Amino acid sequence: METILFYILAALIIFFAIASVSSRKILRAVIFLLFVLISVSGIYFMIDYSFLGAVQLAVYGGGVIVLIIFSVLLVHHVELELEVTPLRKKLIAGVVSFVGLGITLWSIYTYPFKTASVDRTIEVKDIGMKLLSYGDGGFMLPFEVISVLLLAVMIGAIVVAKGKKLKG
Amino acid sequence: MIEGISIYEVLTLSSILFFIGVYGFFTRENLITILMSIELILNAAAINFVLINTYLYPDFLQGAIFTIFIIAMAAAETALAIAIIINLYKLVSSIEVKDTQVMKY
Repeated sequence: METILFYILAALIIFFAIASVSSRKILRAVIFLLFVLISVSGIYFMIDYSFLGAVQLAVYGGGVIVLIIFSVLLVHHVELELEVTPLRKKLIAGVVSFVGLGITLWSIYTYPFKTASVDRTIEVKDIGMKLLSYGDGGFMLPFEVISVLLLAVMIGAIVVAKGKKLKG
Repeated sequence: MIEGISIYEVLTLSSILFFIGVYGFFTRENLITILMSIELILNAAAINFVLINTYLYPDFLQGAIFTIFIIAMAAAETALAIAIIINLYKLVSSIEVKDTQVMKY
């Protein structure tokens, strides 16, 4: 059952990702990207890491996609179609991607991974304890750095998007 | 871990997603769609972190926590990039890559 579910999710992810990078209507491309992100959160739910699945749904499905849709509506006409990429450029990019994918898959399949046999659910409690511990292997410092980064980005986005200063 | 699925299949999925993102990054000529390709790439990296953590080192949490950081970075980057794109649209009335040759002056 889980195997079938994983293959369905994988097929959805790949199909919608290809649709998202090749669709010529920009709003449709954004919606396909939303489907990809939701399917990825399904994979997180399947490995019993439900906290990350929820974060993925909330941040990507609720935040990033809405932001992108707003900016599309601000700068484009809804019916606008993107320019057609020259075939030569598409061919070169396709060949480069396929060669890279081939090399990556080859190195993955020749490496003997030692899979651990125990199965463990990642609890929210463990995540919280780890994020706020300052002992060995704790993540207190990166956590604080990320919060400063988010503050800086908030101020920066306001300053950049406001544009030129009005006099007076 | 997912029952009946080995780590090879999962890594295959994430590398395919990554290279679809790379393809989009090369072929798209619009700043917003390039940003969307970057989101695909970041998502592939996040899947890799979480799944390698659960398959190979289930006693540790490093990969799982790093994924949260990746998502925070992606959200921050998107917000800033959208602000830059909107400001650029005010300046040059276009967000095609070929039209954006100036930065400030």
